[in-house]
Amino acid sequence: MMSSAMSLFVAAAAILNTVAAVALLVWMRKRRGEAPQTGTTTGHTWDGDLREYNNPLPRWWLWLFVLSVVFAIIYAVLYPALGNARGSLGWSQVAQWEQLQAEQEKTAQRVLAVYADRSSQELARDPGALAIGRNLFANNCAACHGSDGRGGSGFPNLTDQDWLWGGSPETIEASIAGGRMGVMAPWLEVLGESGVDDATAYVMSLSGRQAPKGNATAGAVHFNSYCIACHGADAKGNPAVGAPNLTDNIWLHGGSASAIRATIAAGRQNNMPAQADRLGELRVKLLAAYVQNLGESSAVLTAGGAR
Amino acid sequence: MKHEIIEKNVGLLGVLVAIVISVGGLVEIIPLTVSSETTQPAPGVKPYTALQLEGRDIYLREGCYTCHSQMIRPLRGETERYGHYSLPGESVYDHPFQFGSKRTGPDLARVGGKYSDEWQRLHLINPRDLVPESNMPGFPWLTARNVDSSLTPKKMQALRTVGVPYNDAEIAAASAAVEGKTEMDALIAYLQGLGTASQTWK
Repeated sequence: MMSSAMSLFVAAAAILNTVAAVALLVWMRKRRGEAPQTGTTTGHTWDGDLREYNNPLPRWWLWLFVLSVVFAIIYAVLYPALGNARGSLGWSQVAQWEQLQAEQEKTAQRVLAVYADRSSQELARDPGALAIGRNLFANNCAACHGSDGRGGSGFPNLTDQDWLWGGSPETIEASIAGGRMGVMAPWLEVLGESGVDDATAYVMSLSGRQAPKGNATAGAVHFNSYCIACHGADAKGNPAVGAPNLTDNIWLHGGSASAIRATIAAGRQNNMPAQADRLGELRVKLLAAYVQNLGESSAVLTAGGAR
Repeated sequence: MKHEIIEKNVGLLGVLVAIVISVGGLVEIIPLTVSSETTQPAPGVKPYTALQLEGRDIYLREGCYTCHSQMIRPLRGETERYGHYSLPGESVYDHPFQFGSKRTGPDLARVGGKYSDEWQRLHLINPRDLVPESNMPGFPWLTARNVDSSLTPKKMQALRTVGVPYNDAEIAAASAAVEGKTEMDALIAYLQGLGTASQTWK
């Protein structure tokens, strides 16, 4: 809202402008009325021989001006045009947005209502729910997890049956709703450069590989003092704290010796943002259904040898 | 007044032209400079921190505004994708504002907190690592250069003269706050703050 003085000023300027336009039209008309002047000139000469006709405006042109003035007056009455005046229709951009938003929300609720009482596990087999889930995924998840759900470096693959925080319907739903904060502490200061090399060698040996340097046996000692707290004695990880399984050769931050070494030395902080506030419970459930289906359908494909 | 008089007096013609043109400006510009809606911050809107401010200057330097707008209009399709429509009070500390006029990429008015810092870092280095179909250029050099901390207090002082309420303590601490930070750190700090005031409106 403008101050009332400012509102008055804007309204007065707009009205004055319209009145001036009308005055101009009337002035032109009077000239027309005097006598047919077609062919006469304005009477002065430019650059020696340039003269200017003083013809009246063509009639259709004049009418366009009249029409625009009439349009302006009608518009000013119906719509907010004069300062703070709201116009007789009471239209506003925000009110229109709110109305459309409410209509859309009603439609969405009607469409989504049929899924409200069913579990995400059940919905993972429902083509209609999956179609909605796919759209939600594309709009909200694909930027990190990829449009095919296979993630990338630092962003978990959702199709590989390897779950950092657990793959049950409930935990998947909880991961989406509340987000996850995956934290791996940095170990360079504790272990030193050679200690990190040793730990790297041991971690690589867990998935049956050999590191270019470092002593895996010494690394095992470090592992048993520090790493087992989260990754477990068998190095199979712990979904309660999002600690990855280190034995399956699936790597969130890269599985090369240098990537593993960097992870151990500097630690990692990975954040999955919470979606419950943004999307609401029902949409989170539909997403959870879609993600479960991603995992399951790719498992079927893998079992069938399609990939 | 005779037409001829106007046509033959350049000074008079100039004055009259100026009057005609200024009618639009008087009606459209002056109310914006005094209306509380456009001069007072919206709830939760705070001046940029020193690091965010440096990030904003990177945003300007790299020309992000040529492809990204920061203005969500009250249209359903836009609010569905980007969040609550922008309020004038959210831009009061922006000198100049970054509304933009073209969206080759998405609107960024509420991009703050939408992705993690790490996502932003990887995406700015090479967008196609995360979004294969993206046509945004990469900005890998931002990680290699540090922010010039000696200029930060001067920038804040300049903004204070146009009405951003920085106090002396904030300006004194500005250099230390951005010391050793890369341009990437600064830009991410700026992006992660964009539009986050709206999270307090519910």
